[in-house]
Amino acid sequence: MTFTKLMATAALTLGLATGAYAAGDEKTKVGFVFVGPVGDGGWTYEHNEARLAVEEEFGDKVETVFVESVAEGPDSERVMTQMALDGADLIFTTSFGYMDPTINVAAKFPDVKFEHATGYKRAENVSTYSARFYEGRAIQGHIAGSMTESNIIGYIGSFPIPEVIRGINSAYIHAKKVNPDVQFKIIWAYTWFDPAKEADAAKVLIEQGADVILQHTDSTAPQAAAQEAGDVITFGQASDMIQYAPLPRVSSIIDDWAPYYIARTKAVMDGTWTSTDTWDGIGPGMVGIGEISDAVPAEVKAEALELKDKIASGEYHPFTGPLKKQDGSDWLAEGETADDGTLAGMNFYVEGIEGDIPQ
Amino acid sequence: MDLSVINPILLLAALMSAATPILLAATGELVVERSGVLNLGVEGMMIVGAIAGFIVAVHTGSPALGFIGAAIGGAVLSLLFVFLTQVALANQVASGLGLTLFGLGLSALMGQSYVGVKPPRMADMNLGPLSDIPVLGPILFSHDAMVYIGLLIVAGVWATLKYTRAGLVLRAVGENHDAAHALGYKVKRIRTLAVMFGGACAGMGGAYISLIRVPQWTEGMTAGVGWIALALVVFASWKPWRVLLGAYLFGGITQLQLNLQGAGVAIPVEYLAMSPYIVTIIVLVILSADKSRAPGSLGRIFHASH
Repeated sequence: MTFTKLMATAALTLGLATGAYAAGDEKTKVGFVFVGPVGDGGWTYEHNEARLAVEEEFGDKVETVFVESVAEGPDSERVMTQMALDGADLIFTTSFGYMDPTINVAAKFPDVKFEHATGYKRAENVSTYSARFYEGRAIQGHIAGSMTESNIIGYIGSFPIPEVIRGINSAYIHAKKVNPDVQFKIIWAYTWFDPAKEADAAKVLIEQGADVILQHTDSTAPQAAAQEAGDVITFGQASDMIQYAPLPRVSSIIDDWAPYYIARTKAVMDGTWTSTDTWDGIGPGMVGIGEISDAVPAEVKAEALELKDKIASGEYHPFTGPLKKQDGSDWLAEGETADDGTLAGMNFYVEGIEGDIPQ
Repeated sequence: MDLSVINPILLLAALMSAATPILLAATGELVVERSGVLNLGVEGMMIVGAIAGFIVAVHTGSPALGFIGAAIGGAVLSLLFVFLTQVALANQVASGLGLTLFGLGLSALMGQSYVGVKPPRMADMNLGPLSDIPVLGPILFSHDAMVYIGLLIVAGVWATLKYTRAGLVLRAVGENHDAAHALGYKVKRIRTLAVMFGGACAGMGGAYISLIRVPQWTEGMTAGVGWIALALVVFASWKPWRVLLGAYLFGGITQLQLNLQGAGVAIPVEYLAMSPYIVTIIVLVILSADKSRAPGSLGRIFHASH
């Protein structure tokens, strides 16, 4: 598979190279490096929507280019280098695994601005940005814990990185709050996008008794698997996935990158761009909660919306003590909230989750 | 850890279904390679088959017609490869890779208005009393028709290659195309048919993913299965039954590792995730200790004037 992607990106970058000569220099050129296909219906789909929003906003003044399905690692480094060589002024790299390649390429092109999604390494010309998905997952966890009848919630993880672990913890804490008997079954898929594998993982979880499936992978395959099983609920991930509503998809976390992409592109145009670290949640609108469908009982829906409002206003933080780590050691005292540093590097489960995090 | 949540009967049943796409694609490629052609475009033909089958199934409401459409789609795409390598005498490796890239792009274009559409379901075969047999019934006799068609294709390919004149001619062309040509066999025609057969099988394998295993259309949804199928043909030493064994091993261990994770087994997940690849490779390497080797003319360009 890596080989396909390698060849695909090689061919695409060749295409980019030839396209670059045709374009004039006045336009601001914005590049995007995507981890999946733009038609995945989830993560990459939303980033591409935001790219289109940038084009819409600035019209002739910008030119955007993108390369999709770029493997994380050395392959992505070459794609970024090629984009920079082709005259990109600003490059968005939209997956955690692009972190080190982004830093490496940025060092070679000090005049090009880079924006890395979900990473923690910055430089003079590298900003990072991410959304507080864990805020949305708190709401999902609440709905999931309220609605499960088997008390088994299945969770399809992609890679054991802090962002995914944070999501599991947040969902678990809020499911446990409304349902003390709830149990999480976690399967690591080791892929962001592989519909057949995601569907298989969902089926296995359902066979093992789960009647709620949460996912942190990018395709809609788990929704399709849940629909077939009948009495299983799911949530849209990254994108609304409304085509599966009202069942099995009962709500969703939506990433809305468009305002951020527009603002950052504008900053490059104005010459006001500086390296920043953005981590926005439900409040500023970077994380959206898709419509909670009628399959959710009215009182659960009301509670979920109340939780959403409290998180948005900053009145409530999803990681509020008392909380212990999985090994029983104390983490947060009564009323204490987690700081961003701990959240950004989260590498432990909270108390009650079974199993080990792959190291 | 709670192993009792794993139902071995369901696991074995899931194995047959999970292995079918790889099995179909690999069997098709085996015939192609036995004819002396190396077509690396399996992934491209699979994904085009996946969307072609999906479109036909959605519009006709018949999954069976969908699979026929997928086979035609894969075979038609493979004609591009035939043109490049048999007519224009282009390099087979480059042409095959090009075919994959073209297929990925073409399928994304064809599938644009099919995202989120639900395909008609293929009913499981009604095998009457057979599926009521305890244990064996649910494992062996409760699948959709394509699982059995996949097995029939393997058996058919094996019997054809081993016992029929057509199979002997195909192998002769693959072993030494100059000798076969001197004997009067139409090397290009035979290879064209083999490549089209490979395309049809890969197309059906792709459609199995989009119509039965997932079932929906998502861009890039074959996600590398074609490459695994290609590797499997080599590890299986170009022998049909070993392809079957390899596909079932790979599918089975993939399912098993997901089940073990769900049950919370204490083996590190990384080892579980890589186990299907490792185990399949080890078993097939041991099996291939005999003197089997690649067809003599594999990957070489044939031109009658040589």
